[in-house]
Amino acid sequence: MTEVARLRHELGLDRPVLEQYQAYITNLFHGNLGVSFRDQQPVAASIRLRYPATIELAVAALIFSLLFAVPAGVIGAIRKGRAADRGLGVVSLLGVSLPNFALGPLLILLFSIELGLLPVSGRDGILHLILPALTLGMGLAAMTMRMVRGSMLEEIHQDYVRTARAKGLRERTVLFKHALRNGLIPVITVLGLQMGSLLAGAVITETIFSWPGLGRLTIQAINARDYPLAQGCILTISLTYILINLLTDVMYSVVDPRIRL
Amino acid sequence: MKELFRNNKLALAGFLIASFLVAAALLAPWLIPYDPAGQELPSRLAGPSWHHPFGNDELGRDILSRLLMGARVSMRVGGTVVLLSGVVGVLIGGLAGYVGGKLDTFVTVIVIDSLMAFPGILLAIALVAFLGPGLDRTIFALVVIGWVGYARLARGQVLKIKTLEFVEAARALGATSARVYFLHVLPSIIQPVLVQASIGMATAVLAEASLSFLGLGIAPPAPSWGAMLNDGRNHLFDAPHMVVFPSIALVLTVLSFNILADAFRDWLDPKSLKS
Repeated sequence: MTEVARLRHELGLDRPVLEQYQAYITNLFHGNLGVSFRDQQPVAASIRLRYPATIELAVAALIFSLLFAVPAGVIGAIRKGRAADRGLGVVSLLGVSLPNFALGPLLILLFSIELGLLPVSGRDGILHLILPALTLGMGLAAMTMRMVRGSMLEEIHQDYVRTARAKGLRERTVLFKHALRNGLIPVITVLGLQMGSLLAGAVITETIFSWPGLGRLTIQAINARDYPLAQGCILTISLTYILINLLTDVMYSVVDPRIRL
Repeated sequence: MKELFRNNKLALAGFLIASFLVAAALLAPWLIPYDPAGQELPSRLAGPSWHHPFGNDELGRDILSRLLMGARVSMRVGGTVVLLSGVVGVLIGGLAGYVGGKLDTFVTVIVIDSLMAFPGILLAIALVAFLGPGLDRTIFALVVIGWVGYARLARGQVLKIKTLEFVEAARALGATSARVYFLHVLPSIIQPVLVQASIGMATAVLAEASLSFLGLGIAPPAPSWGAMLNDGRNHLFDAPHMVVFPSIALVLTVLSFNILADAFRDWLDPKSLKS
């Protein structure tokens, strides 16, 4: 009984809820997220340890989706309605509909088990990054491709594109230097918003590939009923998301000088 | 409805697959060849065969039966979540847009924006983490994150509609505010809400599967596609069929509802119809 009372006192459970909350918030602003129930380590330290892995994965996924989506979207726009466009349309529909916890195991099955090309899981160099980044980025790639296609379709009928062509510029220059630059502006907003699903998707992707990031830590914390750790992880992911959205807004006014914050 | 499918084979396919899935979910108890929880240990991890067309899982349970019963779980969660979050979202968001003023500020800035600050399914994960797994709690968590989308949509639509002449006319005829809201304004925003509901169905099915995949959704031994995928993950080397069949089921479901949503949108949007 004394043991219970001692623990209650230690966790602050014998104080009013509001007081507990105030203590939590005060600690939060001092960078103190509490102490993990399980290993008695400061939560902030565990998060700092895992954070870079998640960012690495998210950035890799973002790069992959851009590398796929921008060319594919441009091709879809200039070949609208033709075979290439339709084929890419089907790919993007599949990409949107294939959840990462189905895609991940299927990719492992194909590339790691059948072909033996890539490692199954873990984080140890660039090869280990490929499958998780593909898994996480696929949905975003498909969505971005649709966006790029749509906004390129609008741009290539603008007057300035006709002017550029009339000047005798090469088609490639017209498309990539003139139309694409404007076409990418709305895409940036969507990318910023979609970073959220990327972060949430990281929770699942990291679980599939045993990637030692924040997402996997969240799930481990939840399964261990380690509430301070789970709370800290979720808070960190949400703050990251908000920060990215803020950056997107700033970026937006840099890319498009007509927009003032 | 007819013109929705006449020139759109993809939409027709989506509609057929979705109907097939709903039918399978409804009739599952009569269709399943085996007890979805019945263990047949000698044939554990066995691949597809005549007796078990989709093979057996790690406890020797029939995967086809579990997929069919899992469809029931998916559809029940999806349907309930869409219905509840649709009704709650449209009523609250619509009211905020209709009344305006302080109520609108409170709903949009404080409630909706704070809920939107959590990326995607993370808030549902957090809720379930503290509530514990289970069908009702999964549905509750998904409604909590789901209604916001409908609320934003409804608010925007109502703001647009309430300035139109027919609303003014109704008011000039002496209709009460409540009457105008429920009988005139709400019925006219139903179309975009339907599109959203179709996407919402796909999203909810995916979200339930995600939660169950993480072990936070439907509690075992109830069959859920997400949980089945998670079971299969440990047997990628020796029993790949455990991953392949639930993946196909999930993709078909999400794909069909997404296609339907696309078709709905094109059908309802006169601009895109002509192109």
